[in-house]
Amino acid sequence: MSALTFTVKQETAQRVDVSPLVCHLLSGLTLAEIAAIELQNGKRKIRTDELFEVSGDDTQNILIKNSYAKLDFIAKELQDGVMTVEGDAGAYFGMSMKSGELTLNGNAGLYAACEMKNGLLTINGNAGDFLGAALPGNKQGMKGGTVLVKGNVGQRAGDHMRRGNMLIEGNAGDYCGSRMVAGTIAVMGTTGKFLGYAMQRGTLLLWQQPTLSATFNDCGSHTLAFLPILFKSFKKLDSKFASESFNRVQRYGGDMAEKGRAEVLVKL
Amino acid sequence: MIINGVSIDETFAEAFPMKATRAIITAQNEKWAMISAQAMTGFATSVIACGCEAGIERILEPSETPDGRPGVSILIFAMGGKGLAKQLETRAGQCVLTSPTSALFAGIDDGVQIPLGKNLRYFGDGFQTSKKIDGKRYWRVPVMDGEFLTEATTGRVDAVGGGNFLVLAKSQPQALAACEAAIVEMKKMPNVIMPFPGGVVRSGSKVGSKYPALGASTNDAFCPTLKGVTKTDLSPDIESVMEIVIDGLTKEDIDNAMRVGIQAVCDLGAENGIQRISAGNYGGKLGPFHFHLQEIMK
Repeated sequence: MSALTFTVKQETAQRVDVSPLVCHLLSGLTLAEIAAIELQNGKRKIRTDELFEVSGDDTQNILIKNSYAKLDFIAKELQDGVMTVEGDAGAYFGMSMKSGELTLNGNAGLYAACEMKNGLLTINGNAGDFLGAALPGNKQGMKGGTVLVKGNVGQRAGDHMRRGNMLIEGNAGDYCGSRMVAGTIAVMGTTGKFLGYAMQRGTLLLWQQPTLSATFNDCGSHTLAFLPILFKSFKKLDSKFASESFNRVQRYGGDMAEKGRAEVLVKL
Repeated sequence: MIINGVSIDETFAEAFPMKATRAIITAQNEKWAMISAQAMTGFATSVIACGCEAGIERILEPSETPDGRPGVSILIFAMGGKGLAKQLETRAGQCVLTSPTSALFAGIDDGVQIPLGKNLRYFGDGFQTSKKIDGKRYWRVPVMDGEFLTEATTGRVDAVGGGNFLVLAKSQPQALAACEAAIVEMKKMPNVIMPFPGGVVRSGSKVGSKYPALGASTNDAFCPTLKGVTKTDLSPDIESVMEIVIDGLTKEDIDNAMRVGIQAVCDLGAENGIQRISAGNYGGKLGPFHFHLQEIMK
């Protein structure tokens, strides 16, 4: 069996909701049935084969080629399958993903991995604002799984994040970890202003010394036993994180304007 | 059956079903991991009065432990799941949480999950934090030497307790030397513990007593000083009997441990005063698992 492949014929002027093109929804469908699925494109609907050339037959292994930044909701609620995207992705990439593997060989727009529940989501480029965040009005963002970004991420990464790992090899924008409920965000690059703003619990693990708000207090340098276990769990990833392991950190507790049970750990 | 001049009785050891779990204790170095493990498995020779039977299974290399530090794996056995959970939690709280630099992990992932550090976390008084890594929940409890890291739960499995064999010798020193040799070999076997002091019991018991309040009493048939006054199982030349009790995760684990233990005793042979190998056979009153000595040594 070969991967079910959607190759973009021509980019559209309006945004496209491609959420129907996900493994569990396509399971058992013929190529003709898949080609006939209607996608919302701006205010009108288009057939899948209007936008994509469709080939292959393995609905549990989907490849989207020539993707561009107006394809929204790619791999929404993905369950168990493997999806790979060549090119950029629009907003809500991997939204509410439940399991499986999702890889983007390009840049992602706003709200990538938002409210993700489980699985592995890899972005081999940059990600926009609100990575792994809660949708507007919702109280819980990412609830599990691992998000790996090899480039930089925008503002509010991990906003309202509840559980899981967010691994950022590049830099993070302002308000990283804002209103975070729990979970772990690791950033190898620099972080912006208002780090961990209103953060309740959870860990921000940093390689570079951040500029911290006055509501984060220095708790001193420590050797923490959970860190080697955490790093061991990254060994299977194709990432710089796989080769990292340290347990000496400077610990800052905060946000004291909130519950104050969160921590910023900076590599020593 | 005779091996190297040692007679193997045509009898079987009786054992009974238990519940068991394994925990892994790590520390800054092996010395402190062992201190913590010894404390946690202390006063745990017999369920008759200790609440559980526990022992050190083996020392673990740093590469074998979850946090990459030196460690010790321990096994705890109890008659029921509730009792096991209570003993595990009490001992973990008093003996591992308190031990400098220690961390505590599950040694069995499968089976019914029972609390390991799940409730110990409340010692953190609200400052405790959890991390879920690769599907396992860990608790980080702030303590005065840094942070106590513990896995939330460990797996409980069905197990077998009370496998045993008796070493009958011409003298007390010879019986002890043979048991020591057996223990050295048996400690190399996985999934078993010999819970009595040094692995050896000198006060083997029989089921029942002339005193109604007691469920077990001295095994007079094997007491050398009673040879002339009770229905003895000893020949005139036997002056000392010692027992090795084995708890294991499966019957096969106990089979294997008994085999290497009895072989080690037989290797010393009759020339070192070892006369017979027998077993604690209670006529089927003690438990459903039967370990036939001659079958094991075939």
